[in-house]
Amino acid sequence: MSWLTEYVRPKIRGLLQREVPENLWTSCDSCSQMILIKDLERAQKVCPHCGHHGKANATERLDWTFDGGHYTRIELPKVPTDPLGFRDQKKYVDRLKDAKAKSHLDESLAVAHGKIGGRDAVVAVMAYEFMAGTMGTAMGEAFVAACRLAVLQKAALVIYTASGGARMQEGVLSLMQMPRTTIGVEMLKDAGLPYIVVLTNPTTGGVSASFAMLGDVQLAEPEALIAFTGPRVIQDTVREKLPEGFQRSEYLRDHGMVDMVVARSEMHETLARLIGLMTNSPATASEAAA
Amino acid sequence: MRQYLDFEKPVAELENKIAELRQMAKDGEGINIADEIGKLSDKAEKQLRAAYTKLTPWQKVSVARHAQRPRALDYFKALLEEYTPLAGDRLGHDDQAVVGGLARFRGQAVVVIGTERGFDMESRLRHNFGMPKPEGYRKAQRLVELAGRFGLPILTFIDTSGAWPGIDAEQRGQAQAIARSTDCCLRAPVPFIATIIGEGGSGGAVALGAGDRVLMLEHSIYSVIAPEGAASILWRDPKQASTAAEALKLTAQDLLKLKLIDRIIPEPIGGAQRFPSEAIASVGDAIDEVLKELLPLDGENLVAKRREKFLAMGRDAL
Ligand SMILES: [Zn+2]
Repeated sequence: MSWLTEYVRPKIRGLLQREVPENLWTSCDSCSQMILIKDLERAQKVCPHCGHHGKANATERLDWTFDGGHYTRIELPKVPTDPLGFRDQKKYVDRLKDAKAKSHLDESLAVAHGKIGGRDAVVAVMAYEFMAGTMGTAMGEAFVAACRLAVLQKAALVIYTASGGARMQEGVLSLMQMPRTTIGVEMLKDAGLPYIVVLTNPTTGGVSASFAMLGDVQLAEPEALIAFTGPRVIQDTVREKLPEGFQRSEYLRDHGMVDMVVARSEMHETLARLIGLMTNSPATASEAAA
Repeated sequence: MRQYLDFEKPVAELENKIAELRQMAKDGEGINIADEIGKLSDKAEKQLRAAYTKLTPWQKVSVARHAQRPRALDYFKALLEEYTPLAGDRLGHDDQAVVGGLARFRGQAVVVIGTERGFDMESRLRHNFGMPKPEGYRKAQRLVELAGRFGLPILTFIDTSGAWPGIDAEQRGQAQAIARSTDCCLRAPVPFIATIIGEGGSGGAVALGAGDRVLMLEHSIYSVIAPEGAASILWRDPKQASTAAEALKLTAQDLLKLKLIDRIIPEPIGGAQRFPSEAIASVGDAIDEVLKELLPLDGENLVAKRREKFLAMGRDAL
């Protein structure tokens, strides 16, 4: 597959150390307590006071997931943009331009390969910072590419999901990413490779109703909103009080849809262990100790 | 009683007039009205034709949702023999928004699945207005797998505003049920023909629509979101629904151009709701033709081609 070799070129090396000044403060989105930014970064954006899992961008997630923060980003396949010539209050092409400038990403998915627990893995991260992580053709194509890369490298695929759903500006083409990404998952399963989904806040709509719910193992970060239909629409439709904790990670676990809720600090270790077990590869020293 | 859409008002006036004239003739007013009725009928027919040959996307939305359009069970009744409905998801529920079972289509045993809206208040409630819950999609999965086991082609008839947005549906895993249903469709090792007969509403339609061929009735729609929803979210103005309907490219004609569907089935002038049996017969003929193309292909080949078809979508510049 020549097109594959073409985009598996390394793009950006991981571990771009960002310098954070020593004395800058921020406050927690959940408990409002003051935190040194430096401490927050060290804690993977988890509030040391209340344990709230704050927003993380795609690069941060890649940094935290791979062994030692080492990985190789791949360039995403090119697809035609703006197939419908869409314009609402703003042109879709302008929205894309803004999203690229703001997020420093090409699309709402970042893909990299490297090692997790010493074993080969491809990791795809949905970037909520890019048009609310919505799924259009480019994102779908990037996901399929991640699946193909995993098949090619006989590696596990881990995806972090975060999405407002389908990208309406691409009409039915965005809807067609549901079967397209599902085909990607099928390729992994046919190849006998582990497919692990990590649901993060929020994961909704067409993304939750396709590859995000087809994992061999389903993990979720604490208190993430995970839904097909968002709570506001449901509230407007049924006009009933929504149950406590409705559509949050813990609720989905209690209703059989998620295997476990995993804190960010435990994520790397959990992924490493799962991949080791699913591929029946010998435990590493650290896993044996744990 | 015929229900007229807004843009059919001039036709409605003419047809009411014709009805009045007929009544007068019956009441024995003695005048010769045949000429007059003939003239008015011609005029009505012309207006109907004019309206239906240039329906705007927003008008098509109203046609696709017309309450008198034939529904999935009407198609079953007219096109199938030996229809044997099967029920339940085998996980504790049965959802009547999804109907289906075994049947014979022009001699060939098939599995049929449809989303059913109902036709009066009682049946609409029973079928939950055609909005499936997870158990509906799980019933579909069961039927798709049944078809695979016995090598029976699958025919789906899609007419839904979308999956049910309720607490119970979310609690039982609506997202997972839709995802698995799509997966089952893609993996079915048998010919799979999906026909959109009215509204193809978002993920709730995709779950039954990932087939070898997707056919659409001329005035049906297929959309990622209802135009009303897109208007409120993207235009922040629910009154922009008609603008949104245009921008979303949700008509059969647009979708064929985008190569996202495979075939358009023409409707009678005035739409399927005006001449249901003609529309149903055209759908039957189209399915028959497509089925004949697919029947010689073996399961593995069908699945491989189905994957290629979906993967090719949107890759080429148009
Ligand atoms: Zn806090």
